[in-house]
Amino acid sequence: MDAAAALADLTEISSRVEAAVVLDDAGEVIASTLADPEHSARIARAALDLLEGAEQRSASNGRELTQLEAALREGSVFVARENGRSIVATTTPEPTSGLVFYDLKTCLRSLAESEPAPARKRRAAKPKSDDDA
Amino acid sequence: MTMRRLAALLLFVGGPILFLSRRRGVRRERVHLYYADGSMVTLERGAPEAERLLTVARGVL
Repeated sequence: MDAAAALADLTEISSRVEAAVVLDDAGEVIASTLADPEHSARIARAALDLLEGAEQRSASNGRELTQLEAALREGSVFVARENGRSIVATTTPEPTSGLVFYDLKTCLRSLAESEPAPARKRRAAKPKSDDDA
Repeated sequence: MTMRRLAALLLFVGGPILFLSRRRGVRRERVHLYYADGSMVTLERGAPEAERLLTVARGVL
């Protein structure tokens, strides 16, 4: 499943999600539900800012931040990250946070599973000993 | 006389409802941080860290 298909599934399953953007660790947009690339890039930058701001707090307690929700009266912004990718989503006000996070993580995992597995190194042939014969 | 009673009723019933709904709206603004160990931290509106993150989020919505 490619990133666009994964996002299409997400918006179909999660009625609360209004927009979603998948980005890499550098903040490059991988896929977006938005037609405007500038808007997608702005949301991706905001996601990085949110993660960076939250991590400054995490640095003091030594814990690894995995996801965050900023809840406002106008709606919520969710950011989740896994395996070098992040997903940011905007929702309607007062969403069911657990369900939104579950859907976002499912989207990230379906992207990770669709990637081809790295090629396995072939082991050097074991020399036959006399006992094998 | 009836108008006075109506105004008093509005004040006693509407006032607390308005107060509580505004308070609820303010409380609704917050940031939840989730960590790999399963723990969560909530930053309430008014805390400097929360304000910075809420400002960024507001720019997205």
